[in-house]
Amino acid sequence: MADVVVQQGTVARTATRRRSGLQKALKRKSTAAFLMTLPLILLIACLVLYPALYSVHLATLNKSMARFVGFGNFEFLFKRDTFWLVVRQSCIFAISAVILKALIGFIVAHFVHNVPANKQRKWRGMLLVPWVIPPAMSTLAWLWLFDPSYSAFNYTLSFFGIGPIPWTGDAMWARFSVILVNVWYGAPFFMIMYLAALKSVPEQLYEAAAIDGANWWQRIWYVTLPMMRNIIAITTLFSLIVTFANFDIVRILTAGGPLDHTHIFATWAFRVGIEGSDIPLGASVSLFMVPILAVAAVFILRDVNKRGNEA
Amino acid sequence: MADVTLRKVVKRYDDVEAVRGIDLDIADHEFVVLVGPSGCGKSTTLRMIAGLEDISDGDIMIGGDVVNDVPPKDRDIAMVFQNYALYPHMTVAENMSFGLRLKHYPKAEINARVTEAARMLDITDLINRKPKQLSGGQRQRVAMGRAIVRNPKVFLFDEPLSNLDAKLRVQMRIEIKKVHQKVRTTTVYVTHDQVEAMTLADRVVVMNHGRIEQIGTPNELYHKPATKFVASFIGSPAMNFVPCRLEDSAGKLHLRLTDRLAFPLPPARAARYNALPRTDKLLFGIRPEHMTEASPHAEPGVEPFDATLDVTEPMGMETLVYFTLEGTAVCGRVNPNAGAQDGGPLRMAVDLNNMHLLNEATGAVL
Repeated sequence: MADVVVQQGTVARTATRRRSGLQKALKRKSTAAFLMTLPLILLIACLVLYPALYSVHLATLNKSMARFVGFGNFEFLFKRDTFWLVVRQSCIFAISAVILKALIGFIVAHFVHNVPANKQRKWRGMLLVPWVIPPAMSTLAWLWLFDPSYSAFNYTLSFFGIGPIPWTGDAMWARFSVILVNVWYGAPFFMIMYLAALKSVPEQLYEAAAIDGANWWQRIWYVTLPMMRNIIAITTLFSLIVTFANFDIVRILTAGGPLDHTHIFATWAFRVGIEGSDIPLGASVSLFMVPILAVAAVFILRDVNKRGNEA
Repeated sequence: MADVTLRKVVKRYDDVEAVRGIDLDIADHEFVVLVGPSGCGKSTTLRMIAGLEDISDGDIMIGGDVVNDVPPKDRDIAMVFQNYALYPHMTVAENMSFGLRLKHYPKAEINARVTEAARMLDITDLINRKPKQLSGGQRQRVAMGRAIVRNPKVFLFDEPLSNLDAKLRVQMRIEIKKVHQKVRTTTVYVTHDQVEAMTLADRVVVMNHGRIEQIGTPNELYHKPATKFVASFIGSPAMNFVPCRLEDSAGKLHLRLTDRLAFPLPPARAARYNALPRTDKLLFGIRPEHMTEASPHAEPGVEPFDATLDVTEPMGMETLVYFTLEGTAVCGRVNPNAGAQDGGPLRMAVDLNNMHLLNEATGAVL
């Protein structure tokens, strides 16, 4: 917001200079706005900034939290194979889940967009259900579906002569399962965001494209996607952050197993920090997400800013 | 380029009939304007020609081929939309060349066509800008450029000037006419503005309630309207309608407007209307410019009468005068020096050589 200074014609300039300065500062819109939002800023600072700085502080201490070790915890982590396994798994998990969520969300959004208006609410409501149920609860249901002895999936597949599949017992299948559940849980969010974006694309652009000779696929590629780029970028970034930091689905479904092959940053930080009673090492693990996400955020948001004034 | 033919074209939305069986032949190179009030079906007709709406019944032919089930992209048409419908993420050049790029034209030809169209529309300097950086008039030019580079069989314009201010509208109207004179592509243009229709069209199609009321050149519509709707829709200020009846008195056919006011009809008109039953309820239609201040010299067919003016509107080159004839408000056009004053009396004259007589019940011009 631009600073708007209310002009005061004849302010006594000599004796009351200090006081008039304060008055002016208060009359500046930005100052007033800042003061009004100050309580919220302080609250956020307490709830976000303090824990963040505290975890940085924790990451520099030794296991008993008695001695400053600098980057000692990180040096230790870098030498451990499990850590690099977690880095790799986190990247695979987050990137593949986000891509699948974006893809499925986009396709489903298109279908819902083409449903007649009077039936659309029903479909939107039903498709949002996975996202509305607390993931800890829904993951428990998935756990039953994947159960080695009573798996509904394996039972169904057995009719086709497939299986039994060790959904959570085998490293590759376990990775597949956590990604599947995460996609199931997160795709509705993409769907609802893309649906809103789709609705904001003027119908006449499609008509113009149809007359210009674009087929269905070209209309998506040259009209829909460019018009939705900002929403896609922001939704992807948001989802990337949330998926990278996911805890509950992996924790409940596999608890990082088998043999740490589904651990991601948050679950492994919990394992070493809380279960392994090495809080500083756990803090170091979770802090390692920051630079990776920061790089992604910078790239995606820079693109959004660049295009901000286009449409 | 091609001719466009509509045969008994119908458009139904559920139980509403938006277009009720229209027949229209548009010749090659012709500029045809569909005009009518909101909801008369003119835009729907245009969109059916474009292929953006399915037709419920009838046939549409472009260049002799029935295109009822041909998708828009294969009809070889170009359309200019009311809100321009430019792709916001593309530059002017990309917007204009989009259709050609989709059809994989060689780059050199695309560039040549875009440059030529930009030159014709005077937007060469804007070629690398995005639509957001353009004014309304410039966007409209780009939208036209996008249509021109395609070199289609038919141009379709859907109220292209409605979003512009009055001054720009006049300017762009002239631009569109110039472009058509250069490219000579068959054009169908939809507007609700009768001035646009009159100034641009080779032929005007007046539509009302999903039907064609009349097709004709601007002059035909103005001077020989077929129905009351056309007579009142074309021309500004609108034609005056005063209830009247025919009567014979002193061996001559008279037009009686009020108990006190009756005019003898000129011989040509008398011959034309003589066969009408004298009991019919009729409407006397006269355009404001045929109701002027009385001149000192008597002219055949021009009958003087006295009026008390309600309101006058000096327009500079003329003054519009409003008065009532037996409860019916009418408008006349007088010379600014005729001495017309609000509330004042004025000796007026009506030119019966240019009158119209309508059937009050059917609205048909007799």
